[in-house]
Amino acid sequence: MWDYTDKVRDHFLHPRNVGDLENPDGMAEVGSMACGDALRFTFKLDETGRIGDARFKTFGCASAIASASALTEMVKGLTVEEAEKITNRDIAAYLGGLPDAKMHCSVMGRQALEAAIANYRGAPAETAALVCECFNVTGREIEQAVSENNLTTVEEVTNFTKAGGGCGTCHEIIRGIIDRVRSENEVTE
Amino acid sequence: MNVVYLDNNATTRIAPEVLDAMMPYLTGDYGNPSSMHSFGGRVAPVVEEARGHAARLIGASPDEIIFTSCGTESDNTAIRSALAVNPDKRHIVTSRVEHPAVRELCLFLARNDYRVTEVPVDSKGRLDMDAYRESLTDDTALVTLMWANNETGVIFPVEEAAGIARERGIPVHTDAVQAVGKVPMDADSSGVDMLSLSGHKLHAPKGIGVLYVRKGTRFAPFLIGGHQESERRAGTENVPYIAGLGKACELALEHLPDMNGRVRRLRDKLEQEITARIPHVKINGDTENRLPNTANISFEYVEGESILLMMNEYGICASSGSACTSGSLQPSHVMLAMGVPFTMAHGSIRFSLSIYSEEAEIDFVVDKLVDIITTLRAMSPFWNNDSRPAAGR
Repeated sequence: MWDYTDKVRDHFLHPRNVGDLENPDGMAEVGSMACGDALRFTFKLDETGRIGDARFKTFGCASAIASASALTEMVKGLTVEEAEKITNRDIAAYLGGLPDAKMHCSVMGRQALEAAIANYRGAPAETAALVCECFNVTGREIEQAVSENNLTTVEEVTNFTKAGGGCGTCHEIIRGIIDRVRSENEVTE
Repeated sequence: MNVVYLDNNATTRIAPEVLDAMMPYLTGDYGNPSSMHSFGGRVAPVVEEARGHAARLIGASPDEIIFTSCGTESDNTAIRSALAVNPDKRHIVTSRVEHPAVRELCLFLARNDYRVTEVPVDSKGRLDMDAYRESLTDDTALVTLMWANNETGVIFPVEEAAGIARERGIPVHTDAVQAVGKVPMDADSSGVDMLSLSGHKLHAPKGIGVLYVRKGTRFAPFLIGGHQESERRAGTENVPYIAGLGKACELALEHLPDMNGRVRRLRDKLEQEITARIPHVKINGDTENRLPNTANISFEYVEGESILLMMNEYGICASSGSACTSGSLQPSHVMLAMGVPFTMAHGSIRFSLSIYSEEAEIDFVVDKLVDIITTLRAMSPFWNNDSRPAAGR
């Protein structure tokens, strides 16, 4: 049974700030579907230079959803410099604590925050959205390879990028990328 | 809040008839069947009557039934006995998808001078019979294969496997904990030498099990002490629980047609409605050859623990093979052995019905699941808001 605080339950059942911000000032994606949890985090600054809005989308267990929800609430009203000081322990504490086995959920929140701030300061947004974990290949790299080389099969993608050449758990995702890129290309043609 | 209990492969409710059968021996009739006075001695026939019911349910003779404390004890006793009576042989054949009661013991033995071959399964969870045949050697002390899988309900061809092993003189044990009471069974003609069952999977309480040992099988007891169970399992008989298990076995035999008729149809309805109303779901396991009560369904783009917790808000009980609920970072070994992609395994949910399941409960669960999966997918970075998976991750 789950050893969650009422606050975790509350943020899981009633998550705050779900979604994506358009034209965010900072955005990051961490984790992957294969490893069991993933988080997309975006934030926008208001006219005073403070974080006016923050949104998340999470794939994961209750504590992953709650951690992301907590993060978006915690950063609102802070300057980027202030937000930067938030640690994964702060996220866990905000939720009244997390079970030991679930601390990685707060770490994922912290990673997303860090990457989104790096993105705000000029780093590319595709920081860590790995599709193939065996060979560290991102979705962006696969999209590019599919688009530029007109690839149609997972095998071809593996040949071009190495993605999918290891454990094979990402094959379905690669197939999804191929389908999407090809349908987009058809539309533009 | 009403509880909708679809987790019967984990444990079952105690049947009211079973509790009634137990009560006299939890209250006034507390005698020890081994005593020389009639106050104790008169409960001995209770134990024997229960033995008869257990034997009838699995197609065995009463003297082939040993009462144990649980399925795990039965499994441990069987495996350790087979090794003890054949100390020169150091090889065990099992499968990749066994219950921890067998699997962890085999892994333990593998660290202690035994060789263990885990026969693989295919993507539907079916045993690779060619690999099984090839795994048997002159050094093989035991084959131990589950009758039916607890996570998927997939039924192994245990009888065929037993026939192949017997030709080579290799004893066969089967963990039939999930199968007993759900599918007809005849231990006598099955060819297996030992078979484990557990009371709490068939509406008896936790803490009582059976090990079937075929007549003539060489046997080494696990518990040493008194002369109970014909010197095969020491310890004062747990009379109330044995009486309860006997009643549960009697009822299970009566309910086999209901289990394989009405309950099977409810399970099928659950799967059909879910696949019709929720996109991107997949049924895991061999749907042709499966327990009638079990459904294992993957919901893509969402994670199992979240589904379970949201169902919990509606009183719906099920379980998941996701990493978050397995206590490790990996999905269940059964899902991995079947090669279910991580992305699917993380969102796998097991629903297991019982003869107490009702159609209204199935309808309720489907309705709530539609909402739950929609809610969770709306939160998922892998799902577009136009009800499509978001490619590119």
